[in-house]
This record gives sequence, structure tokens and C-alpha cells, in this order.
Amino acid sequence: MNVYDIVFYLFAALTVISAFFVVTNRNIVYSAFFLLFTFFGVAGIYVLLGADFVAIVQLIVYVGGILILLLFGVMLTNKITNVEIKTGTINIYPAVIGVGLLTGSLLAALINTSWRSVPASAPQATTAALGTILLQEYALVFELLGIILLIALIGAASIARREA
Amino acid sequence: MMEVGLNHFLVVSTLLFSMGIYAIVTRKNAIMVLMGVELILNSANINFIAFSQFGNRGIDGNLFGLHGHLIALFVIVLAAAEAAIALAIVLNIYKTLSTVNIDEIDNLKD
Repeated sequence: MNVYDIVFYLFAALTVISAFFVVTNRNIVYSAFFLLFTFFGVAGIYVLLGADFVAIVQLIVYVGGILILLLFGVMLTNKITNVEIKTGTINIYPAVIGVGLLTGSLLAALINTSWRSVPASAPQATTAALGTILLQEYALVFELLGIILLIALIGAASIARREA
Repeated sequence: MMEVGLNHFLVVSTLLFSMGIYAIVTRKNAIMVLMGVELILNSANINFIAFSQFGNRGIDGNLFGLHGHLIALFVIVLAAAEAAIALAIVLNIYKTLSTVNIDEIDNLKD
């Protein structure tokens, strides 16, 4: 058991345990803050997989953007002075059974599959290579993503500001 | 304990996926449902990058290389767009119906 394994188990435990608290905590603000730790754990897993640029993007976009957006959503759709910020749950028992079955079958499928994997190569800096691929093979996708972001920006603004 | 390999990462992503499904199915608040969607997208990203790192040689003998990383980046961009649009819709629903509990929103027009 070397350092890599120990760090992996630390990040995996951080990710899974905080995700568990996200889905079970009754206070939605606490859920949002546990989601922060989940995103950090996932970023650490990306680093362990040799994906340095994706890990940084995960931190910037998810933690700095999406999580803040979700927190704004929580604050704007709840009366803070009320105890209304707690959120209810429905269908607990069918959901536990169904999700348990789904998880069990997925785990069984992926453990019993003999993946044709190769040993991991030593991690290298990926940023320059990613930029090259992005602007050569994936140039069309890159442009389309830019257009999608523009449309999403305009659409979100116009939907949120529409007068009733 | 085994050496950490592809299966370990896949197990983590499976657990994240299951908890995302659980959040979508059980929580009443629409924003909690969005958090479940984010968990599921993260688990898909872990899978993409794990397979990108641990190879799986294609028919021409080349590794997948960095393509998994790029797909993960695209997923992150789409997740950002989705979160912005979905939160705008949720805010509009709250303005119209004064609730964001999705089990109480059952009318198409008032």
C-alpha cells in the first residue's frame, strides 16, 4: 500500500461520504456545502488520474460557478426567516430498494467484467496537448460549445427576468 | 488490499451515480434534484477520465489518450449551461407558484 493508494482512499472516502450527506441531509444549505466537499474530492480523483487541467477546470467551474449558482437558487427560493429551508423527502423505501438493486447490479457488472486496461502511464502535463486537440480535431465542437454557452446565457437571463 | 486500478475508480463513480439517482427520486426540492444531476454528471466524468488514463486499446492499437479528458471538459461546460437554465426556470416557478417542491407543482395553467 503506497502513498498513491492512501491518497486515493482518502479522496474516495471524502467524495462518497460527503455525497451521502448531500443526499440525506434535511437542510438544503448543508447539502449545498457538502456538495462543495464532493466536488473537491472529485477534483482530487481527477488529479490522481493524471488529469491536471480537468481538475483545475472542475474547481473553477463547479466550485466557483455552479455551486454558487445553486446556493443563489436556494437563497432566492426559500424564505430565510422561516424554517421552510428544510426540504422534505418522498418515496424513501421504494427509492432505497430500487437504488440498492441498481447499485448492486452495476457493481456486479463492472467487477465481473474483465476490462482490457493497460497499466497507468506516468502523469504528464496535459494542458498543451489538450489545447492542440481542442483546436484541431474538435474545433467544430469547440465553436458549438461557445454558441451553446451564449444561448444559455441569453436564455437564462430572459427566462429569469420575464414578467408574469 | 489490492493495488488501486481501474475498478476502484469505477466503484467510486458508481456510488456517486447511485446517490445522484437517490437524490433525484426522493427529494422534493427542485434544487436538490439539480444537485443530484450534478452528482451524476461528475460520476460520468470520473468514468471518462479513468478510461482515458487506463487505456483500453482500440482496434488500431492506439490509446484513447486525451480524448476522454476533452469529453469531460465538454460535459462540464454543458453542466454549467444546464445549471444556469434550470435555475432560471426554478426561479420563475417560484415567482409564479410560490413553491419549488416538485410534488406540489401539478398544474399546467392556473
